[in-house]
Amino acid sequence: MIAETGHYALILALGVAILQTVLPLWGTRTRDPELMAIAVPAAQMQFLLIALAFGALMTAYITSDFSLATVWQNSAAAKPLLYKISGVWGNHEGSMVLWVLILALFGAAVATFGSNLPPELRANVLAVQGSIGVAFLLFIVMTSNPFLRLDPAPLDGNGLNPVLQDPALAFHPPFLYTGYVGFSMAFSFAVAALIDGRIDAAWARWVRPWTLLAWMCLTIGIAMGSWWAYYELGWGGFWFWDPVENASFMPWLAGTALLHSALVMEKRDALKVWTLLLAIITFSLSLMGTFLVRSGVLTSVHAFAVDPARGAFILGIMGLFIGGALTLFTWRAPLLKQGGIFAPISREGALVLNNLLLTTACAAVFVGTLYPLLLESLTGEKISVGAPFFNLTFAPLIVPLIIVLPFGPMLAWKRGDALGAAQRLTAAAAVALIIAVAILAATKRGPWLAPFGIGLGVWLIIGALTEIATRVRVFEVGPAEVWRRLRNLPRSAFGTLLAHGGLGMCVIGIVATTAWREERILALKPGEAADIAGYHLTFDGVAPRQGPNYRERVGLFSVTRSGAAVASLEPSKREFTVERNSTTEAAIHVSWRGDLYVVVGDALKEGAYSVRIYFNPLVRLIWLGAVVMFMGGAVSLSDRRLRVGAPRRAGSRAMPAKAAA
Amino acid sequence: MRRWLFAFLAAAAFSAATPALAVQPDEILTDPALEARARAISAGLRCLVCQNQSIDDSDAPLARDLRILVRDRLKAGDSDKKIIDFVVARYGEFVLLKPRFEPHTMLLWLATPIVGLAAIAMVVLAARRRKSEANQAVPLSKSEQQKLKKLLDRA
Repeated sequence: MIAETGHYALILALGVAILQTVLPLWGTRTRDPELMAIAVPAAQMQFLLIALAFGALMTAYITSDFSLATVWQNSAAAKPLLYKISGVWGNHEGSMVLWVLILALFGAAVATFGSNLPPELRANVLAVQGSIGVAFLLFIVMTSNPFLRLDPAPLDGNGLNPVLQDPALAFHPPFLYTGYVGFSMAFSFAVAALIDGRIDAAWARWVRPWTLLAWMCLTIGIAMGSWWAYYELGWGGFWFWDPVENASFMPWLAGTALLHSALVMEKRDALKVWTLLLAIITFSLSLMGTFLVRSGVLTSVHAFAVDPARGAFILGIMGLFIGGALTLFTWRAPLLKQGGIFAPISREGALVLNNLLLTTACAAVFVGTLYPLLLESLTGEKISVGAPFFNLTFAPLIVPLIIVLPFGPMLAWKRGDALGAAQRLTAAAAVALIIAVAILAATKRGPWLAPFGIGLGVWLIIGALTEIATRVRVFEVGPAEVWRRLRNLPRSAFGTLLAHGGLGMCVIGIVATTAWREERILALKPGEAADIAGYHLTFDGVAPRQGPNYRERVGLFSVTRSGAAVASLEPSKREFTVERNSTTEAAIHVSWRGDLYVVVGDALKEGAYSVRIYFNPLVRLIWLGAVVMFMGGAVSLSDRRLRVGAPRRAGSRAMPAKAAA
Repeated sequence: MRRWLFAFLAAAAFSAATPALAVQPDEILTDPALEARARAISAGLRCLVCQNQSIDDSDAPLARDLRILVRDRLKAGDSDKKIIDFVVARYGEFVLLKPRFEPHTMLLWLATPIVGLAAIAMVVLAARRRKSEANQAVPLSKSEQQKLKKLLDRA
């Protein structure tokens, strides 16, 4: 009964979404405030209905109702509660419901908190947001019904893929989806502005917080996926340039560019047309990510079901929205007036360069991901595009971006002083260079470029600190005055500091662990030992153990460093009983120098076991950097200037705003 | 990352043996220089039954065979290029994770520079256009001039 209620709610939500699309659009055409205002309760109702459906699905998972096909396929009675919950989105149908739930949540948020938006803009935005909802709800109802019943109901389910039974991965999809789907806000605002033929700074002020929120969640979502891959895959890699990873990385790159160009638009009323285009591109890449992952074009843990009908349906949705938006763009964008002029050396100029490099980098990832698919479907020729290609095309774009990045915030709007900025950054550059040379002297071995990579990370962090130091005049005024100035700085300044500093941390982590990771691949018998990076590991043998829904064979290692006991590590190999599948669980000892990472493999001849030991220097900085970037976004989001609605321009068309609300 | 699943499937499909972890202790060459070369070559060769994974990372039996093949050729004294050519001749270009620059991959390699150059051109053109637009200030009309005069007089 609960499942049927959920199914019914989903279909009702589709109906409401159709109303949310049609009526407000009709209202803005006919200037009917009542019709426009329908968008608000419709968006809220759509969200409530989808939340009801989602709740019904979750209830079915938690109570292990195996009469539902998806629950039977993806859950089992013996599974821990956390993974019963995460199992809801650990499959195709459920993850699509989560997708539309987040979409409707963003729509409802604009409806609820958007009372200070111009009523026409709000009506158009909600109508566009509603239309995306229509498409995806239709997709779910027609091809991916999560409430399909089985008769007779099986006694137990098939369980969830063991590699997905992991805390980090349980929350990876919600974050990733909030990121993906969050960019729909920017898209809806862009399309609404094109429909309206008007756009101003208030638009950017509205779009920026939503984009920022989406970007933050995407950052954390990607970082979680990378972290999971690091400890779950058993050899300590953190990024693989896998098509599915790229599918989430492309919207991130475009979204990062969008955040920066929206800044120019908000502050200087420039780059309007480009910002609109970028908003459309960013969400289009999110849609493409959904298509790549959901259609089964790529075989992976993410492509839960391979069903050509679903692939064709999403391809249709993608074509409709991307094609429609771009057509609208070419038709209406010339109507938009260009604002603010600026010199090449200026904050705007720096942000244009940022956008140039980020979008080109995004294009590199795009080509590398789609080219093999396209080539095979057109000519039948199969090629592989892997990490070496991306390292070769992506890095040359990101390195210059990092080099010029600290200059950006130092330059004034309109016309900047490059020489002055360079002078203020001399100390940062000197420190970065000294550290690079010191590392070079200390390591005395290749790779020779790595110390300069570390220098780049340091440059970013100190450059970001220099910006704040300059703004509060650390070297010119007394501590009391510095403190006063610090307190008066807008929070967004600290947001910039954290975001750019966090990126610096990521860079250091990536370079250090790529360049100086150590590895031992050994056949160890109980009692034998190995040395790595100053650690001494003794293999004490293996022991069997029983988990909630798996059996495991645990390898026992005691670790000492210069004679003192440091840790005991217990890597294991798990056999999942229901799923008949196994995973390798690495054991990791974390220290400030880096991670000691141990994996135990199969039994070899004569009682020996295959053992792999890695030392990954500073690898934690990669994810710590992502968390710091996330915090930067959060701090910036809490800035008062973003929360306060944009002032309405005096003398704009008289609209009975109160009547509409 | 998700290749793990595929690796499992592949391992299950291709042999009855339980999956092992990528490079095995018994494969490693005693000469560290030769082993380093083997690892570098392996990182650029695709495990053909896996999802976008190099033979260096894969635990599929086929990847193991390829790793051993690479090491055998190294021991026989072949150059890196000769070994890669040999593997390509045997398994096709699909095995290369970094495609060669050839007619059918030309666009793949050139697309990024082209996009970059086009973007630069667009920025330059837009800046020029804006500059010329800014220079061609439209003179005030008569009524506007009168309005301005009135405002100035008032001040």
